[in-house]
Amino acid sequence: MAAFLGLFRRDFGLALRQGGDTGLVLGFFVLVVVLFAFGVGPEAETLRRIGAGIIWVAALLAALLSLDRLFQPDYEDGGLDLMALSGLPLEFGVLAKTAAHWAATGLPLTAISPLLALAVDLDPATLPLLVLGLLIGTPALSLIGSVAAALTLGARRQGVLLSLLVLPLYVPPLIFGAGAVAIGADASTARANLLLLGALTLAALALAPWACAAALRQALE
Amino acid sequence: MSTLTAFLAMGGYAAFVWPAYGVAAAVLGGLTAHSWRRYRASRRALTAIEQ
Amino acid sequence: MRYKGTLGGGGFLKAMLSRFANPARFMRASAAALPWCAGFSAAAIAVGVVLALFVAPADYQQGEAVRIMYVHVPAAWLALSVYLFVAAASAVALVWRHPLAEIAARAAAPIGAAFTFVCLTSGSLWGRPMWGTWWVWDARLTSVLVLFFLYLGYIALVNAFDNPDRGGRAGSVLALVGVVNLPIIKFSVDWWNTLHQPASVLRLGGPTIATSMLVPLLVMAAGFYGLFATLLFLRMRTAVNEKKAMALRLNGAALRPARTSTGGRDTSVPAAGR
Repeated sequence: MAAFLGLFRRDFGLALRQGGDTGLVLGFFVLVVVLFAFGVGPEAETLRRIGAGIIWVAALLAALLSLDRLFQPDYEDGGLDLMALSGLPLEFGVLAKTAAHWAATGLPLTAISPLLALAVDLDPATLPLLVLGLLIGTPALSLIGSVAAALTLGARRQGVLLSLLVLPLYVPPLIFGAGAVAIGADASTARANLLLLGALTLAALALAPWACAAALRQALE
Repeated sequence: MSTLTAFLAMGGYAAFVWPAYGVAAAVLGGLTAHSWRRYRASRRALTAIEQ
Repeated sequence: MRYKGTLGGGGFLKAMLSRFANPARFMRASAAALPWCAGFSAAAIAVGVVLALFVAPADYQQGEAVRIMYVHVPAAWLALSVYLFVAAASAVALVWRHPLAEIAARAAAPIGAAFTFVCLTSGSLWGRPMWGTWWVWDARLTSVLVLFFLYLGYIALVNAFDNPDRGGRAGSVLALVGVVNLPIIKFSVDWWNTLHQPASVLRLGGPTIATSMLVPLLVMAAGFYGLFATLLFLRMRTAVNEKKAMALRLNGAALRPARTSTGGRDTSVPAAGR
């Protein structure tokens, strides 16, 4: 347990101290939403109809940004080998790093999402659903992304490859997350979507560390 | 002759039916040709090295 | 190489896997099988196309456009079947380290991608006159599109590493992750669609497909499966040849010192004979 927390604190501390990751992710999030607003046009009606989708896609893309730095630095300087050789099972090490990644990217994204919801003129009554959805869904994004990050370690053109790999994997959380907040979604629909999103996150929690550790072992062979 | 033109017209859907078959033939045929060429090249390279 | 009964039963399958763990034996067997597979698939596809274009009846609703089905549906079956093959081969590669399993998966993937592409384009060409749109985001079409991306991702991943073994191993994990993801995609898009629009149902001359339509369909499917087997063996043989050539090249380079320029003679390959 101590090892787990230690690894989490180390990664989270690194992310905060370097500041680059969180700032970049938040900046990109804002940028995408604003650009969409310009691209779609100022008509409030149009923007409101697709607002939920825009915010979720922007969050997804922003989460994708920092994924290639999840394992790469440790892979290069040998930290990953140490983690694999340590007493802590690799699955837990992966979980600790992914949790730190989420705390430094997914969590801040969720925190500023209400502001961006105002930018797309989302119905204020649905704001809690948006925040809740992102809170439940962004861990899944980090977990699924960690598997892709591990698979592409040391590959040529890792960034592009990573995007190609996660695209199919991110579609289900996107569908349910945006569906919960979509225009015309009543309370029961929203609830159902959020529950399914929660199921996805739990499934990712169970499967992703295992797949990610398997991929890391292949990379370290 | 009129039956041939009638056949080619595919009941008005010619613009859809023939490209569908055409794409299938082109893609699958192309893959076959490519695979065959690579196989021949690999066999040539192997016999060249084994000698 | 012996395979223990970790999955219980499947004695024949285990025997086959054991038998063809030896690449040389696989090469001999595939050399014998290849002409038969090629001949069968060429014949079946030829007969199938003739049946589809000339013999099969036009649909009472869709007219002649229904003939696209004889390309589209078998392609869809192959698209999915080949992916399951890639996933199964990847599982065998990861769990039992069968030497030919990775080669099989890597050989099959481009074939599956080709069939998926054919499925998508023929489906689009079929949908335009039938439903008025080139594309619709229902569960089946979206799942096939995602399947296409999975194929592309797999092919890109295995080719993205300087060390081909690393690429093969990463690809195996990706194939298995994808096979878990595919039903989830289908379910989530189904869910997504039922909330917004009713699913469109395709009727081919009634609730059950007529024999006159079923036969060409099955013949085309048999031809496509035969084509898959032919191309698979061809590509696997190519891979084994290339691996052998690479190993010989490396061995030769290790045993002989590098030569200085010999004016026109290819010095990257060890000299013939001793």
